[in-house]
Amino acid sequence: MSAPLLEVKDLRVEFPTRRGTLVAVDGASLAIAPGEILGVVGESGAGKSLTGMAIIGLIEPPGRIAAGEIRLESERIDGLPYEQMRRIRGRRIGAIFQDPLTSLNPLFTIGEQLTETILAHLEVTPAEALARALALLAEVGIPAPRARIGHYPHQFSGGMRQRVVIALALAAEPRLIIADEPTTALDVSIQAQIIALLKRLAREHGTAVMLITHDMGVIAETADRVAVMYAGRIAEIGPVRDVIHAPRHPYTAGLMGSIPKLGQGAGKKRGRLVQIEGAMPRLNAIPAGCAFNPRCPRRFERCLAERPELIAIGTTDAACWLYADGPR
Amino acid sequence: MLAFILRRLAQAGLVMLTVGLIAFSLFRFVGDPVLFMLGQEATPEDRTRLTLLLGLDQPFYVQYAGFVARALQGEFGISLRQVRPVSSMILERLPATLELALVAAVLALVAGIVMGVYTALRRNSWFSQALLALSLIGVSLPTFLIGILLILVFAVLLGWLPSFGRGETVDLGWWSTGFLTASGLKALILPSITLGLFQMTLIQRLVRTEMLEVLRTDYIKFARARGLSDRAVHFRHALKNTLVPVITITGLQLGAIIAFAIITETVFQWPGMGLLFIQSVQFADIPVMAAYLCLIALFFVVINLAVDLLYYAVDPRLRIDRAAAAH
Repeated sequence: MSAPLLEVKDLRVEFPTRRGTLVAVDGASLAIAPGEILGVVGESGAGKSLTGMAIIGLIEPPGRIAAGEIRLESERIDGLPYEQMRRIRGRRIGAIFQDPLTSLNPLFTIGEQLTETILAHLEVTPAEALARALALLAEVGIPAPRARIGHYPHQFSGGMRQRVVIALALAAEPRLIIADEPTTALDVSIQAQIIALLKRLAREHGTAVMLITHDMGVIAETADRVAVMYAGRIAEIGPVRDVIHAPRHPYTAGLMGSIPKLGQGAGKKRGRLVQIEGAMPRLNAIPAGCAFNPRCPRRFERCLAERPELIAIGTTDAACWLYADGPR
Repeated sequence: MLAFILRRLAQAGLVMLTVGLIAFSLFRFVGDPVLFMLGQEATPEDRTRLTLLLGLDQPFYVQYAGFVARALQGEFGISLRQVRPVSSMILERLPATLELALVAAVLALVAGIVMGVYTALRRNSWFSQALLALSLIGVSLPTFLIGILLILVFAVLLGWLPSFGRGETVDLGWWSTGFLTASGLKALILPSITLGLFQMTLIQRLVRTEMLEVLRTDYIKFARARGLSDRAVHFRHALKNTLVPVITITGLQLGAIIAFAIITETVFQWPGMGLLFIQSVQFADIPVMAAYLCLIALFFVVINLAVDLLYYAVDPRLRIDRAAAAH
């Protein structure tokens, strides 16, 4: 793998509360190569969105990055002063959020929002910014951009709004886009369009994407590699094909088993979905040892006592003691 | 849009007719005007003659129609106390009240928004906390007490500002203004603070709450993620969204400022409509009271109409008929 575009090492995000400190992301490490699409999956509360927010430096106080480092093109970007981080946001790391209905300011036209973003980052005249805004709208597939640029967000449908949001994220040609659940709020038919659009734009612009979702289907279709998060830690990370077909971590295996598959077991009686017993622990009650141990069908003593780190098994890394003795 | 304006105008007319009815009934509640005007010793013939002369023998609705028709021409009869046309009495008092209300409203709006934004953005600074504590006092202290305290400190103890009156005024046609003389401006300071303080603290707290609310929204988070400067995020994106409810409250409060100038005008002996009204109440000067009532109602109606139109200017989502196409 070439030098990573983004490297997150041992990231720890904490929320101090009156009842003690909650650790929402606990020692997460991942890397994204230029032009690569990394999927990040996990249940709600697994820390995947917070990891994304930490990368763009927008964790809401009192939450904070307590340890670890984030490097963009080898340059450390966690803990940068606000103004320096602002220049990175939008310019070098774009972001797309879950709900396109609420991501756009209702009182400004999409043209105003696009040009202000372009002008904030690029040295261009307002006329050039407008031309670029029109080109962006055309690129994300908004029909008749010249007519639509003066419209307000409420005059667009959900799918169209998410296209506008993508255009906004791309406005200053960032090298990396963090897409936090970009399709969750959309109709299934629109989801596919948006995913296809995101994939095409990432390829054409050479933009790397961190695609945060809980939808394994989206990951399988889109991502090059996938990181599975559980209770603030990375359980398994590796190429999509390998993780899906040969999951190493019992949690990943459980996740894959819980996805309905067409055709399989249709004739026989083996079409039952596997479910993972129990629920992810709350942040203030993460068990000692491996966080997954209460739900793990394959746990043994070591899982209750010691916390596993990522162990390389072939092409994937999994944080699981099953592989401690290195059965390749 | 046009239909909307016409509908609102019709509603406004209805409100004015209702208020006019109330003002009109004031005359009947206070007693028999004929008896009042002629005194105890008048003969029954005199009474009948005056009753016919004033049209008081006619049915209620005819009298009311006459009242409305005269009111539309600005004709509210003769003051019982000063024996002068009510309209000219009110007209000469109007500039004093409107100037005071204008200064108070601008003060409340500007200071309120600035302090509201500040306390929202610097939520935890000691200065914000101090402003919030002060605003609580502003909301809870009665107007007359604030006025008297201000007079005590700035007029009596320090002697910096006059304690009563408008100072020197300059006549511009029928409008007399205190804006053009130093003493007129000095005289405006204390009454306008007294009158606007409640609204100022109200707007401050409203702006703060709304701003905090808006700062939590996704589009603000997204605006930050786009790398916009703090100034653009706060004063372009957040403030504009904050202003919609502020416009409502400010509009309603502007009416309240004009109407409740009564207390401030009494404390500062400000020669405005409010003072005239209070004096008229003491003398049961019904025509003046009725005219004042109608005028204040007119202010409220006009301001509400203006507020509704302002919504359209600020919030594009309300301009439905122009936004034909979606998708």
